[in-house]
This record gives sequence, C-alpha cells and structure tokens, in this order.
Amino acid sequence: MSTFVIEPQSQPVAPQPTTPWKPTRKTKFAGAFLIAVVAIASFAIVLLTGLAGIDGFGLTFLVVFFGATAVRTKRLNPKVRKDAMVGVAICAAAVLAFFPWMSIFVSVVVKGAKGLQPNFLIENMQLTTPDDELNMGGAAHAIIGSLMMVAIAAAITLPLGILSGVYLTEIRGRLTFLVRFVVQSMSGVPSIVAGLFIYTTFVNYTNSFSGMAGSLALAVLMLPTVARTAEEVMKLVPDDLRSASYALGARQWRTSLMVILPTVRSGLTTAGILGIARVIGETAPLLLTSLSNNSYVFNPMGGPIGSLPTYVFGLLQIGTENSINRAWTGSLVLMLLVMVLFLTARYFGGKDNR
Amino acid sequence: MEALIASEIAPEPRQLSVVYNRADRIFRRIVTSGALTSLVLLGLIGVFLFVKSAQIFNDRGLSFITGSNWTAGSGDGVILDDFSIGPMLTGTILVSVIALIIAMPLAIGGALYIEFYAASRLRKLLSTLLDLAAAIPSLIFGLWGVVLFTSFGERWSILLNSRLGWVPFIKVQAEVFGRSPFVAGCVLASLITPIITSVSREVFSRTPRDLIDTCYALGSSRWGAIRTVVLPFGRSGVIGGAMLGLGRALGETVAVYLLLNIVFRYNFRILESEGGNIASLIALKFGEATEYELKALVAAGFVLFLLTLVVNMFAATIVEKSTRRK
Repeated sequence: MSTFVIEPQSQPVAPQPTTPWKPTRKTKFAGAFLIAVVAIASFAIVLLTGLAGIDGFGLTFLVVFFGATAVRTKRLNPKVRKDAMVGVAICAAAVLAFFPWMSIFVSVVVKGAKGLQPNFLIENMQLTTPDDELNMGGAAHAIIGSLMMVAIAAAITLPLGILSGVYLTEIRGRLTFLVRFVVQSMSGVPSIVAGLFIYTTFVNYTNSFSGMAGSLALAVLMLPTVARTAEEVMKLVPDDLRSASYALGARQWRTSLMVILPTVRSGLTTAGILGIARVIGETAPLLLTSLSNNSYVFNPMGGPIGSLPTYVFGLLQIGTENSINRAWTGSLVLMLLVMVLFLTARYFGGKDNR
Repeated sequence: MEALIASEIAPEPRQLSVVYNRADRIFRRIVTSGALTSLVLLGLIGVFLFVKSAQIFNDRGLSFITGSNWTAGSGDGVILDDFSIGPMLTGTILVSVIALIIAMPLAIGGALYIEFYAASRLRKLLSTLLDLAAAIPSLIFGLWGVVLFTSFGERWSILLNSRLGWVPFIKVQAEVFGRSPFVAGCVLASLITPIITSVSREVFSRTPRDLIDTCYALGSSRWGAIRTVVLPFGRSGVIGGAMLGLGRALGETVAVYLLLNIVFRYNFRILESEGGNIASLIALKFGEATEYELKALVAAGFVLFLLTLVVNMFAATIVEKSTRRK
C-alpha cells in the first residue's frame, strides 16, 4: 500500500530581481580600503623620494594604484583583468580632465572672496588706483558696462536667432541645410576676428570706440548660440500641434506666431540666456571695440566704456598684489554671473519638458 | 494572364498642393531674410577683412605668410615697414596641437567615465558642472594659468627637459621654462577639455542601449562593450568634437596672450620660453599700431579667420552627420 504524502504546498515565491552587477557593501568597502592603503603608501613614497607637491603625489598614487590593481587581479581571467586596468585608466583620465576646472572654481571663490566687499559692487575706479587697498574702489562701472553691452547684444541677436529657428523648423526652405551649416561654422569664428570685423566697419565708420561697437561684436559671437538653441527647442514641438492648427484652418504665419512660438516661450528664454552666458566673459573683441574706462558711462555711443573682462584684463597686466587680488574678485563676479545665468537657463529649460 | 489583386496595388499618394496666401508669403519672406542674416554676416566678415587688408597681400604677397619679421617702419624711410606672420602662424598651430594632444585622452576618458562609470547621481552633477565649465570665460583660465598653473608647468618642463632632452623638440637652449608653448598648451588643453568632453559624452549617450546590453549578454566586460560598440559608434562625433576644440584653441586670444612670450622667430622647441599666436599678436600690437600696421593686423586676422573657418566647417560637417537624429 502506498501512501500519498501530500507535501505542504510551498508558497510560490516571486523571484526578486537581483542586480549582481551592482557593487555590494563588501566590494565597496574593499575598494575604499584599497584607495586608502594606496594613498598612504604613495604618501610614504612621496616623503621618502622627495617628489614634490600635489602633482607628484597624484602621479605616485596612480602608479601604485595601477600596481595594486595588477596584483589584485593576477589570478583572474585576463578579460576581467584588462577590464579592471582600463577602468583605472579611465577614472584617472577623468580625474585629470576634471581637475583643472574644479581647481578654477575653488581658487576663484577662495581668492576672489577676499576682495568681495560692498564697495566692490557700488564704487568705481575713478579716484582709486589698482594698487590701493581692497576696501577702496570697485567695479560697479565695469559691471554696469558689461550688463549694458550684453543687453544690447541680446536685443539685436534674439529676434534674428528666433527667425532663423523658425526658418529651420517651420519654413524649411531650400536653404535649410546651408543656414544650419553656416550657423554651425559661425560658432567657431574666433572672438578676436569678430572684434576686428566691427573695428574695421563700425568703429572706423563712427570714428570712435564705443559700447555700441562692443555690443555689435558680442552680437556676432552670440548669434550662432542663440540660433542653434532656438532651433533645438523648436524641434521639440510635437508635429500634432502644427497639424491641429492647420486642421483648424490657420495659415502658416498664424500657426508659427500664435501656436509654435508661445509653446516654446521658455525655451527661447533659455536660448537668450545661454547666448548671454557665452559672451559675457569675452575679452578679446572688447579690447578692439569698447576699450575700457574707469568711471561710469551710460551712453552706448559715448566713447570707451568699462566692462568686467577688460577690467580684469587690465588689472592682470599691472600685476601688483592688490591689482591681482582685484582681478580675482572681478573673475568671481564674472563667474557668479555666468553661473546664475546658467541655472536660470536650466530652470526655464526644464519648464517646457513638464 | 496575371491577375491583379487589389490589395497589392498601393494607392497613389495624393498630390498635395500648398497654396500660400499673401500674408503667408510675406511671413515666409521676413523669416527667410532673418535666417539669412547669419549667412550674410559670415560673408561680410570675410569680405571686409579681405578688402581692408588687400593692400598688404598686394604689397607683400606670399612673404606675408612665410616671413618672420614684424617691424614697424620709422616713417622717414630709414627703417622700412616689414610685416609678416610666419612664426605666429606656426606658433598658433603648435600650441593648438599640443593642447589637442593633451586634451583628447582626458576628454574621452572623462566622457566615458561620466557615461559608463559614474553612479547616476554623480553623473547628473558632473554633466551640469561640465556644461558650466565649458562656459567659464577663457580670461579666467588665463588668470588661473598665470597665477596657479605656471609653477607646475615649469616643474614639469624642467623634468621633461632633463629626462627627455634627447627628443628633438624638447631640448631647450636657454634654461628658462615659463611662458613656453608647452605651458600655454597645457592651459589651452584644460580650456578645450570641457568642450570636447561634453560633445563626446553627448555622442556616447546616443549609443543604442540594446547593443551595449547585447554585449553584456554575450559575456563581454564593460571595457569590451566600450571598445566594440561605444567607441566605433561615437568615433566621428568625437573627431568632430576634437575639431571644435581645435578651432577654439586656434582662435584663443587672452589665455595665450597672458601665458606665452611672443617672439618673432620660428620656434618648434616646445619648452623654450618663446612662441606666437595670431590672435594674441593682434591683441598685443593693436594699441600702438600705425595705420599700415593696422592693415597688417587685419590681414593676420583674415588668415586666422580662414584657418578656423576651414577647421570649423569640417567639424560642422562631421558633428552634423554623427548627431543627426533618426
């Protein structure tokens, strides 16, 4: 007689998704441990051999780390070993690639903060020499000049950039390819050439250096950025919207002006802001068109005008301790402006996607 | 006899006729003329620079490109005007090539790191910072180079000179190491790295995810997937990015101006404290130039314009091809 033993039916367990490729706690710990050991070892080597500075330490660290990885993966499959070695090389390249601009961010903030006192933002350099103490004089004239020139440049460029965006996405005429190609290659025109162009035309014609000339030179440099960004954002408008508008009987001009453009309003703001961020730090064209000035100039046609980049550049050429400090502070203000513009652009850019 | 089955005959697409009314036509004309501004502008830049400098090319011919003197005449005929940009032209190319050679491996490594190695939160942060870094004005790179980087650059130069002195381009004549093409090239490299990295990252991120997953499914390692799929897929985009970076390096003014001793002599020894760059020549001589010298500067600008235009058109073609959607 046989008995059937009914086994208690086991609960079906839904298989949990596993992520075997993710580093576990243990491997993470091992990695951190390895890095710490290598750091200590290379520090010891630096002390013993007298390799100097942070660069010597970095180099030693890299070599020791390579060695450690080679030893650690000795018994593994050659494929895995190669993968590990290349991984170290790529991380090292990345650190080297990021190091300069990280260093720039930090040094500009640290060195610039010293001179960032209220007077820097509200006074000008009319009665101050660059060598004076940092609590005298300021860059208000340069900030105002920069903002004014950039504003005029934006007012010129934005309509043209939008028109070229509309042409490339809505009209799509015979010249689409050519226009796109020209915009793309124009973005590489050296800034000094733009300055030289405005010098040979506008400055020679009006017979004076002026803020307006500076604005025009900046506009030449800004146009490609604005046009390209405008095209990019208008490409994202779904075709349905156009079809719907046509189906309701709207003509092309109404569709473009009253459906497409309002849809990408914030994207176009982004285009303008990115263009401004691109040119606000340009120095070379301003050296040939707007020169510099130590006091306030509010008239764009009223002769040489101060601007942040030329202010910093001038101070750098003087080269005394206080003037270099002022230059760092000027750079800090410039970088903060770029950063604020960028984050604003990102904020507006995110709006359309919602 | 062949039987025609109705479903096999594709219906002829209906001919669409677009009729633009007057308002539409005016609108199209306005937009087109707006879009053509950039075309006209680019043409005007070339034409004006050429017209203003035609006298120089006429007077000096090819020796403007090959000669190595920049002497302003005294005006009374004792010292004659002698303007040519040979060393500046070779110097421009030398510094840019040094920058590109240093920047390329770093940029590709950086892009691969952000796209394939960094954790997702770090990736977002790094790509935002990267965009920001690409927007740092070159003036700030110059300032950083002069105040902070130069001491490192000099130390590396001394090391290179003593260890690799037997390499023809490295041995120096005078043991002065600052303000050399090498130092300027290093700073230019850090200036163009963010640009090349961000273009490369963009291209790498377009690699079809399926292909990469297929690689993993077939047992490939991460490097295997990168080598066999990602790099071949992104090659032309990376080259395009490199050309964009090169264009930027060729036209760079203030960073080079601050970091290079401008000397009118052909110099290919990269550690020697002398070199040249057309853009910084213009910035250097512009202030006190005589009228004829100004024309020579405009001519130099025209040469630079042509040089960068060629590089950028090449870059534009490649980037356009490799990032085209669909």
